[in-house]
Amino acid sequence: MAVLTAKPPVRRSLPQGAARRAVGRNLTAYGFLCGALICFAFFSWYPMIREIILSFQSTNFVDPAKWVGFDNFRTVFADSAFRSAWLNTAAFSGLALVVGYAVPFVLAVVLNELRHAKAYLRFVVYLPVMLPPAVGVLLFKWFYDPGAGLFNQILHGFGIPPLSWLDSTSTALISLVIVSTWMNLGTGTLIYLAALQSIPGELYESAELDGAGLFRRVWHVTVPQTKLILLVMLLLQVVATMQVFIEPYLLTGGGPENATVTVAYLMYQYAFNFGDFGGGGALGLMLMVVLMVFSAIYLRVSRDNQT
Amino acid sequence: MRTTSHRRALSLLLVAGLGLAAASCGSDDKPAAQSSGGADAKVTITVGCEPPKSNPKERAGWEEDVTAFQQLHPNITIESKDAFPCINPDTFQAKLAGGTQEDVFYVYYTDVQKIIKAKQAADITPYVGSVKALADVRPDVKGVFQDGDKSYGIPRNNYNMGLVYNRKLFTQAGLNPDAPPKTWAEVHEAAKKISALGAGYTGFGEYSAGNTGGWHFAASLYARGGSMVSDDGKSAAFNSPEGKAVLENLKQMRWDDNSMGTKQLLQWEDLMRMMGSGKLGMMIGAPDVVQSVNNDFQGKFDDYGVTAVPESEGKASLSGGDGYMFNPKATPEKIKAGLLWLEFHELTPGKGQFNYERAKAQGRPVGLPIPDLFGDSAPGKQIVALRKQFATVPVDHFTPYVTAQASITNKLEPPKAQELYAVLDVAMSAVLTRKDADIDKLLADASSKADKILAKNS
Repeated sequence: MAVLTAKPPVRRSLPQGAARRAVGRNLTAYGFLCGALICFAFFSWYPMIREIILSFQSTNFVDPAKWVGFDNFRTVFADSAFRSAWLNTAAFSGLALVVGYAVPFVLAVVLNELRHAKAYLRFVVYLPVMLPPAVGVLLFKWFYDPGAGLFNQILHGFGIPPLSWLDSTSTALISLVIVSTWMNLGTGTLIYLAALQSIPGELYESAELDGAGLFRRVWHVTVPQTKLILLVMLLLQVVATMQVFIEPYLLTGGGPENATVTVAYLMYQYAFNFGDFGGGGALGLMLMVVLMVFSAIYLRVSRDNQT
Repeated sequence: MRTTSHRRALSLLLVAGLGLAAASCGSDDKPAAQSSGGADAKVTITVGCEPPKSNPKERAGWEEDVTAFQQLHPNITIESKDAFPCINPDTFQAKLAGGTQEDVFYVYYTDVQKIIKAKQAADITPYVGSVKALADVRPDVKGVFQDGDKSYGIPRNNYNMGLVYNRKLFTQAGLNPDAPPKTWAEVHEAAKKISALGAGYTGFGEYSAGNTGGWHFAASLYARGGSMVSDDGKSAAFNSPEGKAVLENLKQMRWDDNSMGTKQLLQWEDLMRMMGSGKLGMMIGAPDVVQSVNNDFQGKFDDYGVTAVPESEGKASLSGGDGYMFNPKATPEKIKAGLLWLEFHELTPGKGQFNYERAKAQGRPVGLPIPDLFGDSAPGKQIVALRKQFATVPVDHFTPYVTAQASITNKLEPPKAQELYAVLDVAMSAVLTRKDADIDKLLADASSKADKILAKNS
């Protein structure tokens, strides 16, 4: 009855004075919004658009740029390092998922279960994130030294023959994955830890009462309760690891035998070493398209889980 | 209410500030304020490679020279731009695109031809005739900055590759530091003895990453009489007996002699650090390596010597060096002013970079056999005499290198040097990291890739 007698809602436009007052009330918010928009426009959108344009041009940054159609794409396709770069990038991302995705989650579960020294251990886990990336990478350069390096000293202590680490085509890429995982696991661990702490304790108590051990509690309570964050982190990690640059740049220079050349590193080589910004732009555009696919999946997953 | 007003004002200020900052980020493609001509019209030029504040002695010398020059030419103002290192090739394009490239910019030999081909430097042919000192500069050195009959720059430093060795380690290993190796067989023996000094000692070091491997491949190839590209520059020429010998030599030292250490994929700074630490016996390099090791890597001049690359006498050596080129947007007045400065500072015996008396008084090293810009011409002899007069480093440590120069031809880097070096990094890293590396296949692969690179836009 109430429904029948209720007046349908009428959307009325605000009188001009009220609209002005509404804008006036929110001026601060608009101001901050404009700031963010300007920052994004200049530091994100403009470079992206410029990069897309560059990939179809030949330029020396002095004379007007020439349109060259798909010539830059043909050039990079013909480069033998192109195939290696994509394969290495895919392998790096795959390995980074196996190692770099599981390790922070396991660490977060362990930290969540601890009763003592929680704050200290969280600090220790997060410490590598606070180091400048170049410092962390150079630290590993010493760890990986085939002669006096820390890792081979440890292996020697266990009577295991030394490894070539970065100097071998078979171990170079995984060595970079280890560096990357070490440098980034702090952030992942803290995000997982936050998600774990939002799980109601009663669920674990019920599981315990039902006789579930640690692994079953993790599998049947922790994983389903953190499904969204796990999925989001998975996609973010794919997007981040596919842009790997600093590790090959500082540790291996893409070697040995192009075993650690990645798409981002090759892009850098084209643009800054060879002075071919068109080739670099073409590679960048290809990488952007691939990453957009993953980003679209990420947005879809986020939206589906919000509704 | 008052707070709200403040917030509004703050937000408007923020927006306005960001707008201004963004507007200031735009590149200014127009040339700087320029004079309208006339010999005495005022002109201001920006010049790169002022020594950094971390090098106060050289900086003081530079500033003194700027003051002296401006007194000689009151209409010219020099705006010095410091940087260390003087140029980062990685940022060159960005500076050009952003409009921050100096009017007179510093450049390595490696990049000169690439810059000329890309038309990223001004053609100074109409003005270069005013630089009288250039008449005595070695033709091959001038040639670095030329393309056909056009000139694009002025050299500042010139040298060619040799063999840098640690005299102290030679003595420790029972070798005679005054009789450095002349053949590769002698290098092998010396390297083995130095490596045998203990853990951490490396007999011979070589690059193999970040394009430096390809660069040193070229140096070793030239010293054996080989070439990187064909005479017309359109195809690769390093898949040759000389090229094969370069890689086989390294493979033998790395895997049979174990005299190259276990750590590979070395880049420029790695070998400098190893040489500075006193644990590396020998490396391919010019006398400027000793300078870098002394200045920046805790080495001491007294401990190092330089000789020619083994077996290179009567053959060639890869040239290296640096100089200055001009911003393509520089006005004729700026170019003329820049040439006056460069002649004063880089090409005048007893002044600027050749003011050895001042360098000695400041406690800076004097006596290295570089730069070699003038050869045996009158200014060249004058510079050698000044160097000897004010020497502060043991000059005789460089005698084997200097003596050999008479029979060695300087050879320039190949076209598309960086691209070719990147390709050859693969071969260099392969022989140094893989015992079963197939040298024939590596060279064939590299040659085929290099052919494609050279064919592109050639």
